[in-house]
Amino acid sequence: MSASRTFRVLPGFRLTLGYTLAYLSLIVLLPLGAVFLKTATLSLAEFWTVVSAPRVVATYKLSFGMSLAAAAINAVFGLMLAWALVRYAFPGKHLIDALIDLPFALPTAVAGIALTALYAKNGWLGQYLEPQGIQVAFRPLGVLIALVFIGLPFVVRTVQPILEDLDTELEEAAASLGAHRWQTFRHVILPVLLPALLTGFALAFARAVGEYGSVIFIAGNIPMVSEITPLMIITKLEQYDYTGATAIAVVMLVVSFALLLLINSLQAWTASSGKTGTGRDR
Amino acid sequence: MAAATTLAWTGAARADAATRFEAQAATREAPWVKWLILGISLAFFAVFLLLPLVAVFVEALRKGWETYWSALAHDDALSAIGLTLTAAAIAVPLNLVFGVAAAWAIAKFEFRGKHFLITLIDLPFSVSPVIAGLIYVLIFGAQGWLGPWLAEHDIRIIFAVPGIVLATVFVTFPFVARELIPLMQAQGREEEEAALVLGASGWQTFRHVTLPNIKWGLLYGVILCNARAMGEFGAVSVVSGHIRGQTNTLPLHVEILYNEYQFAAAFAVASLLALLALVTLTVKTWVEHRAGSGTPSSKAQQDAAS
Repeated sequence: MSASRTFRVLPGFRLTLGYTLAYLSLIVLLPLGAVFLKTATLSLAEFWTVVSAPRVVATYKLSFGMSLAAAAINAVFGLMLAWALVRYAFPGKHLIDALIDLPFALPTAVAGIALTALYAKNGWLGQYLEPQGIQVAFRPLGVLIALVFIGLPFVVRTVQPILEDLDTELEEAAASLGAHRWQTFRHVILPVLLPALLTGFALAFARAVGEYGSVIFIAGNIPMVSEITPLMIITKLEQYDYTGATAIAVVMLVVSFALLLLINSLQAWTASSGKTGTGRDR
Repeated sequence: MAAATTLAWTGAARADAATRFEAQAATREAPWVKWLILGISLAFFAVFLLLPLVAVFVEALRKGWETYWSALAHDDALSAIGLTLTAAAIAVPLNLVFGVAAAWAIAKFEFRGKHFLITLIDLPFSVSPVIAGLIYVLIFGAQGWLGPWLAEHDIRIIFAVPGIVLATVFVTFPFVARELIPLMQAQGREEEEAALVLGASGWQTFRHVTLPNIKWGLLYGVILCNARAMGEFGAVSVVSGHIRGQTNTLPLHVEILYNEYQFAAAFAVASLLALLALVTLTVKTWVEHRAGSGTPSSKAQQDAAS
C-alpha cells in the first residue's frame, strides 16, 4: 500500500482526483457553504428569534417526533419482514423482495397523493377509520404514515444481509444448551443484528427528517398541527424571507450532519461485528 | 447514508437461507410463531407498500381510459415529460462521469483524507431536498450573490431550466459513485496493473479491463440515479417557479393537477411515474440476478456489499 504512494503504476490519479474534488466543490460544497455564509449575516439574537418562533418549534416537534416514531415502527416491522424474507419460503417471495425498494423508486409526490387517496376522509381506508374517530389525513398521524412508507426499505435492506450471513451453528449450539427459541433470538441472534438494526433505524430517521414530497399532501400543512420543518423553509421562501428560510435550513443541516456522523460510526460497527460475530466465510 | 440503496450481490445466497434454517428443529420456530410473523409482516407490506401502488393505478383509471389518455396527451403534460427527460439526460451522464472518476481515484490509489472524501460524496443523501433547492436560490436567485450579475446579462437560472437541472444533479450526485467505490475497492488493482505491464494504454486498460468488471455496478447506479432524477420533487419544486409548459417537470405537474382537484388527471400522470418505478425495480432485480450468478468476480462483489 505505502509503496504505491511513491510509485504509482496506474495512470490518471491526478486527473480523476482533481476532477472529483472540483466537481464536488462546485455542485455540493460551495452551495452548501452559501447557506452558512447567508446565516452569518444574521446576528445571533436574530437567528435565535427565527429558529425559536413558536410555529417553527412546533414543526421541529412534529418532524423529529414523527420521524422517531416512524423509524421505531420500521425497526420492528422491518425486522419481521427481513426475517420472513430470509428464513421462510412462501409463494411470491421474490416479488415481495423486489417491491420492498418501492419507496426508493417511486417519486415522493406520487407516494404522497396515493397515501392521501387511501387515508383522506372519504378515501379507501379513511372512510372506515373516520367513523372510529381515527383521523389520519391532515393530522400528525398522516405525517407518521408517510414517513413509515418512506423509511421501511432502509431497515429491511440493512438487516437482511446480516440475517442471510448468520450461521446455523450458533443457533444449534444455543438449542443444544437448552435455550428456547425465544431465548436464542433474544440472547444470540438479536445482539448480532443490533448494529445493523440501529443503522437501519438511523437511516430511516435521517431520511424522514428531511422528507418533503410524500408528506405535504397527506399532512394538509395546518400551522401548529401538521406542518413539517422542510415545509417551513418553503413557506419562508415564498414570503421572500430568504434569511429566515436559511436560518431554519442551518438547524436542519446541523442535525443532518450529526446524524451522518452517527450513521458512519454505526456502519463501521456493523461491519466489524459482522466479521467477528458471524460469517460463513471464516 | 446510502447503505440501503447499494446493490446487495446476494442473489445466490438468498435462495438457500430459508431451506438452511427450516431444515432442523433447532433453527426453526414453532409453526404458529412462523405463521404469526409471516402474517404480520406480509399484512404490513400489503397495507404500507402495496396498497399505495395499487391506489395510483386504480385512481388513474377511475374515470376511464379516455380521461386517462387525454390527461397524458395534454400539452402541459407533454412539455413536463420533455423537461423531465431533459433534466435526467443531463444529470445522469454528469454524475456517471463523476462517479467513475471518483471511484477510480478512491479505489485504485492511496491518499490521505480518503474516508472524509467518501463522507463528503454522501452528503447530498443526508440533506433535505428542500435545502438542496434552497442553496441554489441563495446563489442564483434574484436576491442571491450572483443574482444582480445574472440579471444584467439576462441569464435565468432560478425559475428556469438550468436551476432544475442543477437541483437534479445535486440530489442524484452520490448514486453512481456510491455504487462503484466499494465494488472497485474489492476488485483491487492487480488486473489493471497486469494490463499496463503488458503494454496497454491507460484508456485501453479502463475500456477492456475495468469496464467489464464494473458494468453491472455501473448499470445499477445509473438506474437508481435515473429514477431519482426523473422523480425528484422537493428540490426541483423550490427552484422551478411552477411555470406551466415551461418549468414543470412530471412530479410538479402531478402536484399542480392535484391542487386543482383534477384528481384523475393527477393520478394518470402519477401512474406514468409509478410505471417508471416498476421498470426501475424490474431492471434492478434483473441486474442483481445477473451480477449474483456465477461470474468469476461475483464473490468479490458480494464481499464488497457486505
